[in-house]
Amino acid sequence: MDFTQDHFALFGLPRRYALDNAELDRLYREVQARVHPDKYAHQPDAERRLAMQWATRINEAYQTLRQPLSRAKYLLFLAGVEVERERRMSAEFLMQQMEWREAVAEARAALAVDELEALHARLKKEMRGQYLKLAAQLAAPDVGAAADLLRQLMFQEKLLADIDDALAAAEA
Amino acid sequence: MALLQISEPGESTAPHEHRLAVGIDLGTTNSLVATVRSGMAVVLSDALGRPLLPSVVSYRGAGVVVGHEAQAQQSVDPKNTIVSVKRFMGRGLRDIAHFESMPYDFVAAEAGAEGMVRLRTSAGVKSPVEISAEILKVLRARAEAALGGPLSGAVITVPAYFDDAQRQATKDAGRLAGLNVLRLLNEPTAAAIAYGLDNGAEGIYAVYDLGGGTFDISILRLSKGIFEVLATGGDSALGGDDFDQRVFCWIIEAAGLAPLSAQDARVLLTRAREAKEFLTSHGEAPITVRLASGEYVDVKLSSTVFAEITKTLVQKTLSATKRALRDAGLGTDEVKGVVMVGGATRMPQIQHAVGELFGQEPLNNLDPDKVVALGAATQANLLAGNRAAGDDWLLLDVIPLSLGLETMGGLTEKLIPRNSTLPIARAQEFTTFKDGQTAMMIHVVQGERELVADCRSLARFELRGIPPMVAGAARIRVSFQVDADGLLSVAAREQTTGVEARVEVKPSYGLSDDEIAGMLKDSFTHASQDAFRRALREAQVEAQRLLEATRSALNEDAALLSAAERALIDDGIIGLEAVLVGDERHAIDEAMAKLNLATADFAARRMNQSVQRALSGRNIAEMES
Repeated sequence: MDFTQDHFALFGLPRRYALDNAELDRLYREVQARVHPDKYAHQPDAERRLAMQWATRINEAYQTLRQPLSRAKYLLFLAGVEVERERRMSAEFLMQQMEWREAVAEARAALAVDELEALHARLKKEMRGQYLKLAAQLAAPDVGAAADLLRQLMFQEKLLADIDDALAAAEA
Repeated sequence: MALLQISEPGESTAPHEHRLAVGIDLGTTNSLVATVRSGMAVVLSDALGRPLLPSVVSYRGAGVVVGHEAQAQQSVDPKNTIVSVKRFMGRGLRDIAHFESMPYDFVAAEAGAEGMVRLRTSAGVKSPVEISAEILKVLRARAEAALGGPLSGAVITVPAYFDDAQRQATKDAGRLAGLNVLRLLNEPTAAAIAYGLDNGAEGIYAVYDLGGGTFDISILRLSKGIFEVLATGGDSALGGDDFDQRVFCWIIEAAGLAPLSAQDARVLLTRAREAKEFLTSHGEAPITVRLASGEYVDVKLSSTVFAEITKTLVQKTLSATKRALRDAGLGTDEVKGVVMVGGATRMPQIQHAVGELFGQEPLNNLDPDKVVALGAATQANLLAGNRAAGDDWLLLDVIPLSLGLETMGGLTEKLIPRNSTLPIARAQEFTTFKDGQTAMMIHVVQGERELVADCRSLARFELRGIPPMVAGAARIRVSFQVDADGLLSVAAREQTTGVEARVEVKPSYGLSDDEIAGMLKDSFTHASQDAFRRALREAQVEAQRLLEATRSALNEDAALLSAAERALIDDGIIGLEAVLVGDERHAIDEAMAKLNLATADFAARRMNQSVQRALSGRNIAEMES
C-alpha cells in the first residue's frame, strides 16, 4: 500500500474541488468490493490485516473527498494551508454567530421543535450559498479567501450539528 | 461496456468443498440458528421441530440446562434460572434497570463502580459471557448434528446500537462456545440482507427492530450488490421486556398488591407478557393469577390503557428514528420502505406509530422472529466463501456511537464520530509531561455527551515502554482502529525513535484476555484430552486454509514474484506440509508463521494489483464511452 499517495491520486481523480459525486461513489464501491475484510474472512491472518488496512484507507479517502467541507480543507492542506492553525475571524461574522447561538439556545430551552427546524433550514440555505462561493475561490484559486471562508463554514457546520442535538433533546 | 472480468480476490479458482457456516441470532428472549442449504437460508429446528430456543439458562447443581427445559425451571428456581442475559452483556450492575426486582444473586465488580456484573449460581459465579456461551453451545450442537460435521464458522448478530463492550462480550461468548466467529453482524443489517435479496429491493430503506430487550433503527441504501448503512440509532436497553414491565407495574397498582416474593413476581411478569401478546389481536386481556400468598388477582387490561401506559416507550423509539434520519440527511418521504423486525413490532400501537411517522404502511412480509437469523446465515455463507465470484455483495456498516478520549477536566474529545463507515482508524499524537516518563494512560469512552462521566467507559489503555526522554520530547502516535465488527484496537509508537509501545488493555466492562483464557481452560478441565485434540485440529484447519490460499495465489499471480521470493514461499509450503500430518501443534504454528512471513509482501502486491484493476476498469469504460 502506498501511504504517500494523496486521496485524489488514490482514486485517480484530478486534484480539485469540483467533483463528480456519482463517479466517486462508483469508484469507491468498486475498490471497496475488492479490499473489504469480508472478502477475506476465510483467508490467513496476514491477508485479513492487509484488507482491513486497505479498507480503512479507502474509507478515509472517500469520506474526506465526499464531504465538501473536508474536501476543501484537504485541498488547502495539500496547498500548504492548515486551516485550523489560524483563528482570525471577522467581527461581523462572530456577531452573527452569537445571534444564531442565542436563537438556538432559546428554542432549545422552550423545546420549540418547529422553531429549531426553521433555524436548521435557514442555516442550511445560507451555507449552500457559502459553499458555492468557496468553490469559486478554490477554482480561482484564491487560497487566502478560501481559508477564511472555510473557517466560517466550520463554525456553521458545528452550529448545524448543535441544532440537530437540540432537536434530539427537544423530541426526547 | 462491461468492466474487465477479473477473478475476485480471495476467491480460489479451484472448486472447493462447501464449508459449513451458520448464522446465529443470539436474542434477548429467543435464539436461533440458520444455515444456507441448496441456496436457501433455513432455520434449523431442534429434535422436536422447534425453531426457537428460549434464551434461558438454568443451573442445577453443577450442571446446566438451556431453552425450553430451563424455561420450565423459571418459577421453581428463579435464582438459578437466568432469562434475558443479553441485557447484562458488557454491563455493570448500575446499568441494569430494575435489577433490584430481579430474582438473581448479583455480584458487583470488586473494584468499585466499573466492571461487568456477575451472577452467583449453584454452579458458581458466572459472567454473562459464560451464560450466553451456554446458549451458543446448544445452537452449535444443534447445527453440527443437522449439518453432519464441525462448523467452519459462524456469524453472530448483535443489536446495531451495542457498544464496544457489549460486542466484545458477544464475541467472547462465541469463542467460549467453541465457534469461529467470522463476523458480528448488526441485527437490522442482517434483516436488510434477507429482505433486500428476497425482494430485489433498491433505494432507501429503514429497518425498525424492536426485540425483547433492545431497539435499533437503521437507515440503509440498497443498490445492486451493495448494502450500505447510512445511519443507525437506538437504545440497547429498550425492548419488549420493558412493555411487560409496564404491564406488571400496572397490575400491581390496579390490584393494590403488596411487595411480592421472587416467585410471585416471576409468575406475574409471565402473565403480563401473555396479556401483552393477547392484545395484539384482541381489544382486552383478562389477567387472573393466584399468588403464593393466597391473594387472588383478577383485572382486565384494555388495549387503550396498554397503549397509554407504554406511550413513552414508543415515543423513545420514534425519537431515535428521527435522529437516525437526520444523521443520514434524509426526510421520511425519501424512505421507500420500513422493514419491521423483532417480535415486539407485532404490538398494534407500534405498527400504528411507525406507519404514521413515515406516512406509509410498514412492511411486515417477513417473519419478524426469523429474519435476522436468516440474514446472518446468508452472510455466513458468503464469508465462508461458498458463493461464486460475481454472485456476492458488499456490506458497509457504521459505528453506532462516537468514540472519544478523556482529556483534561473530565471532558471528552471526539475521535471517531458516530455513523462513520467501518473499518475506520484515527491517529492522535501525545507527549510526555515528565522527564523520563515511560508510561501513560489513555481512557477511551463511547457516547455523544461532552462529559466523560456521561459517556460509557470502554477501556483504559496503558502504554508502556516509551523511551525515556525530557518532558514533551517524546511524540507518541496512538492509532485507534475499529474493525468491521465495530471492535476497537489500539497501537502506539514513539515517532522519534520508532519504538513500539506495549499497550495493555483494561476493559471497563469486559473480560481481560486472562479471564477468557481461564474460562476456556475451565470449560475443558473435564476433558483435557479433548482440549488438546481440538487445539490441534484447529491449527491443522488453519494451516490447510493457509496452504490452499497460498497455492491459489501462486496460480494466479506467480508473475509478481522474483525467483528468490518464489523459492522462499515454496520452502515455506514444503515446511508446513511436512508438519501438518503430525500432532505437534507448536511445529504447525511455527511453520505457519514462517510461511505467512514469506508471503506478506506477495499478499500486499496482490492487493495493490487488485485495486489498480478496479480503477483501470474505469479508464477503459471512459475511453469507450
